[in-house]
Amino acid sequence: MAEITRDDVAHLAQLARIEMSPEELDKMAGELAHIVDAVKSVSEAAGPDVPATSHPIALSNVFREDTVGHVLTPEEALSGAPDAEDDRFKVPAILDEE
Amino acid sequence: MNELITSTAAQLAEKLSAKEVSSEEVAQAHLDRIGEVDGGERGVHAFLHVNSEEALAVAREVDAIRAAGGDDAAALHPLAGVPIAIKDLIVTVGQPTTAGSRILEGWMSPYDATVIKKIRAAKLPILGKTNLDEFAMGSSTEHSAFGPTRNPWDLDRIPGGSGGGSAAAVAAFEAPLALGTDTGGSIRQPGAVTGTVGVKPTYGAVSRYGAIAMASSLDQIGPVSRSVLDAALLQELIGGHDPFDSTSLTDPFDTLVAAARNGSVEGLRIGVVKELGGEGYQAGVEARFRDAVELLRGAGAQVVEVSCPNFKYALGAYYLIMPSEVSSNLAKFDGVRYGLRVLPKDGPLTIERVMGATRAAGFGDEAKRRIILGTYALSAGYYDAYYGSAQKVRTLIQRDFDAAFAQADVLISPTAPTTAFKLGEKLDDPLAMYLNDVATIPANLAGVPGLSLPGGLADEDGLPVGIQLLAPAREDARLYRVGAALESLLEAQWGGPLLAKAPVLGGVK
Amino acid sequence: MSDATLSFDEAMEQFDPVLGFEVHVELNTKTKMFSSAPNAFGDDPNTNVNEVDLGMPGVLPVVNKAAVESSIKIGLALNCEIAESCRFARKNYFYPDTPKNFQTSQYDEPIAHNGWIDIELEDGEVFRVEIERAHMEEDAGKLTHLGGATGRIQGADYSLVDYNRAGVPLVEIVTKPIVGAGRRAPELARAYVAAIREIVKNLGVSDARMERGNVRCDANVSLMPKGATKFGIRSETKNVNSLRSVEHAVRFEIQRHAAVLAAGEKVTQETRHWHEDTRTTTSGRPKSDADDYRYFPEPDLVPIHASREWVESLRAQLPEPPAERRKRLKAAWGYSDPEFRDVVNAGVMDSIEETISAGASAAAARKWWMGEIVGRAKVADVDPAELGVSAAAIVELNGLVEGGKLNNKMAGQVLDGVIAGEGTPTQVMEARGLVLVSDDGPLLEAIDAALAAQPDVAEKIRGGKTQAVGAIVGGVMKATRGQADAGRVKELILERLGVEA
Ligand SMILES: [Mg+2]
Ligand SMILES: [Zn+2]
Repeated sequence: MAEITRDDVAHLAQLARIEMSPEELDKMAGELAHIVDAVKSVSEAAGPDVPATSHPIALSNVFREDTVGHVLTPEEALSGAPDAEDDRFKVPAILDEE
Repeated sequence: MNELITSTAAQLAEKLSAKEVSSEEVAQAHLDRIGEVDGGERGVHAFLHVNSEEALAVAREVDAIRAAGGDDAAALHPLAGVPIAIKDLIVTVGQPTTAGSRILEGWMSPYDATVIKKIRAAKLPILGKTNLDEFAMGSSTEHSAFGPTRNPWDLDRIPGGSGGGSAAAVAAFEAPLALGTDTGGSIRQPGAVTGTVGVKPTYGAVSRYGAIAMASSLDQIGPVSRSVLDAALLQELIGGHDPFDSTSLTDPFDTLVAAARNGSVEGLRIGVVKELGGEGYQAGVEARFRDAVELLRGAGAQVVEVSCPNFKYALGAYYLIMPSEVSSNLAKFDGVRYGLRVLPKDGPLTIERVMGATRAAGFGDEAKRRIILGTYALSAGYYDAYYGSAQKVRTLIQRDFDAAFAQADVLISPTAPTTAFKLGEKLDDPLAMYLNDVATIPANLAGVPGLSLPGGLADEDGLPVGIQLLAPAREDARLYRVGAALESLLEAQWGGPLLAKAPVLGGVK
Repeated sequence: MSDATLSFDEAMEQFDPVLGFEVHVELNTKTKMFSSAPNAFGDDPNTNVNEVDLGMPGVLPVVNKAAVESSIKIGLALNCEIAESCRFARKNYFYPDTPKNFQTSQYDEPIAHNGWIDIELEDGEVFRVEIERAHMEEDAGKLTHLGGATGRIQGADYSLVDYNRAGVPLVEIVTKPIVGAGRRAPELARAYVAAIREIVKNLGVSDARMERGNVRCDANVSLMPKGATKFGIRSETKNVNSLRSVEHAVRFEIQRHAAVLAAGEKVTQETRHWHEDTRTTTSGRPKSDADDYRYFPEPDLVPIHASREWVESLRAQLPEPPAERRKRLKAAWGYSDPEFRDVVNAGVMDSIEETISAGASAAAARKWWMGEIVGRAKVADVDPAELGVSAAAIVELNGLVEGGKLNNKMAGQVLDGVIAGEGTPTQVMEARGLVLVSDDGPLLEAIDAALAAQPDVAEKIRGGKTQAVGAIVGGVMKATRGQADAGRVKELILERLGVEA
């Protein structure tokens, strides 16, 4: 079975900004290992000569002309904001120092 | 049941333009039906929000235009006045959009999705927003933060997912039409298990602008209906090039309705995909599938077997690509600009911790599972083995399709391996849940269009079975031509639509 | 806590510095990189945003063609290869100024790579800096930190976010490691950033105003023992946003690294913050995400195929490179090295070029700009070109002096009038009554009066001490309020006193 530890999941949860309890981390580590086992044959399916497909239908050079379109009013922009001040989005401190 | 709610969209459109009924009556009949069967302990619970006032206002507007006659009446879209339900993954001004998640509960979009703009322009009254697995992640609609939707065929069973709300609404005659989104089968699999029609168009045939992204390279908006013709009418309305979506195709998709009106399979080569059957497929599903193939053969189609050997990697590739894109697409839900904000219970109040607490409280288990899986698949040291390899599998699957379509004009398979299972049955087994999409996923990986239509009832449980048709990219019309033919062959056998056999819900009239 | 440093000389005795720069250039397109909201500076918060810039649910990006063309032009001006095919990627990290919590950028397939520019230092020495890549990306919003004592992120209680800048097109220019600059490293750092700023400004693709953040520099510094070839561990000083700071930051980091290494310790690979007030850097908190951005190809955007025809048509639009232009102009104008350097440093090369094409001689143009206008601009604290003196006005003014209508002092007053918006030089001259008195009649009167007022001086001159004539000239000039031709006055005095000049 794939080796996925609680610490691995804790790191992933930190990268993904999802707070998890130790119990959740343990449960997730087990589930993740199972899923990874189920999907890992994918890594042996294609040789190095097979190109990757990131778009199902290949298009290129889709551009927009540099012409000003619509904007939201600050009221619309901030209408869903959990917290705001002076027409700006308000967030708690970024650093926890000092 | 009231004929206004059992009619197809095409039938309603005719009655409306002939002024046999008013749009207001039609909208009201559907709102009444929603009131009758959707709520309560054992309700279908297809809707998260019902938009009565606006729907009726639009209906009255259509009636007024028709009554006035002249150019404006002549210019009305054929579906003007035919009500529609919208999967709550698609943003709408004036109604909340939740994506089935606590993290967006109560959020009001300041803009309309492109498909909604088209629907408003065509004046289809929007009945409301339908339930779904949170952020479209699931195959049963049980992962909705607002409770599951029930299958109108058996209220203890799942309606499929993620678009279980849209499929159930249409199956329960709460709406003649609905919009769904299909990332790995979320239109087609609910269609299969509810006895309705669902189409995933060619990737890029319908604008994704305003569909809350789950997996950008797989997502596609499509029609949910009770007939192949209705689906064609709706896809033609919502499709077409959109400059707001860089992956939107410029090809015209304007022959779909004509194709659906001229169903035929005479001389067509139909490919049975060897890998989409056998182990894991319910006996009753396979039996109905074989019947359908025989019907097509009897109608003059040439049936060939095709092999798509790399389809065995499709589920694995899907469960790497999809969660990877999910992990990035769902990062924006962080409690800063909109939606839920939850403060950490203790410790220092920093934005990092607020984001962590918000996402912990706002996302359900399945969303978290996929975000963590995707974060893992993209992280340093794993990318090549997982995400990179999965993208290569995509190439192999496209090559399989190319080879298969060299032998066959259309491919055919069961839509889902089983009929509707019991609510709760697979909730604790993610891998078992994921297997529901095994037959639908290859189309998303390759970008080709897929249509699911009712194929009858499984002998062992009397529940609907779905038949899936697949066509080459951009050949959506071919699906409608074959789908309409198969539908009429089947309905001739049944003596009417399959849904006529569904149990009667609500108060019997 | 301040870090130990070695003196720069000590550092240079023991170590060779290796530099590297990531310069972000904001493009001056009308709209943003991926949305049609305006790209504008200084407007009220959250007024230049639409749903795309706010990362609202359901939105999708669409690439601004003008931004791509500007990026290709930058690549060409940096002698880069323009990729036949390139694509965007997502750089995933959470930060409240980043609306989607990923930055749409380019990763494995930048639009331009493998270039170089020659950087000329003040004494004319030329360093070739090799360019690794130039890629397209989007800017983040602006955070204002409040509640703390300093307005800095440290100690703030909360922050406010304005997303007007979110989505503004950026080109990030990344150098290859720069080896061999030795003690000139700080100077080279400054000159490199100055050169990039000049190039993008000259291309017209950026306003290039560093004080507005149009050009922002991250400076990488590492040291290796003298003679070594293996690079040391580097630090990256973020957001050094003036030319002066770039030079000081590189110098400080060299001295700091030297102290660490001289003490036998290891340099920490980290991000450093630059502090303009103390001219020092401090350790940035190691960002936990920084090691793993989980890049992957942006699925909402499609690749860009830059056809050779497109690239060549853009190349044909490129203006003359600044360095070549300077070389050409210096030769054409015949200025000495120091003369030309002063002109460049004073920022009046363009103005002089205009003045010359308006009809002035190279010498006259330099005389007016360097001798008169630059000083006035300094007093007014604006760029010389912003004083509002047109090339035509200078040509006219110069003509008035050369034609004997004005002397230099009066010309200065006329120039003041032109700057004050009083009209053309001739109009100012007339309005202010500044007329050079060259009619001998009134001058002789004034001379006689001056001689009478200073009989002792007159006597000296008669006695042959002609150098004393200056005192009389001064008296005459005073009496005529400066409106006399000093040369003619001197002639007339000597004539009057019967002395040979
Ligand atoms: Mg960088
Ligand atoms: Zn950058």
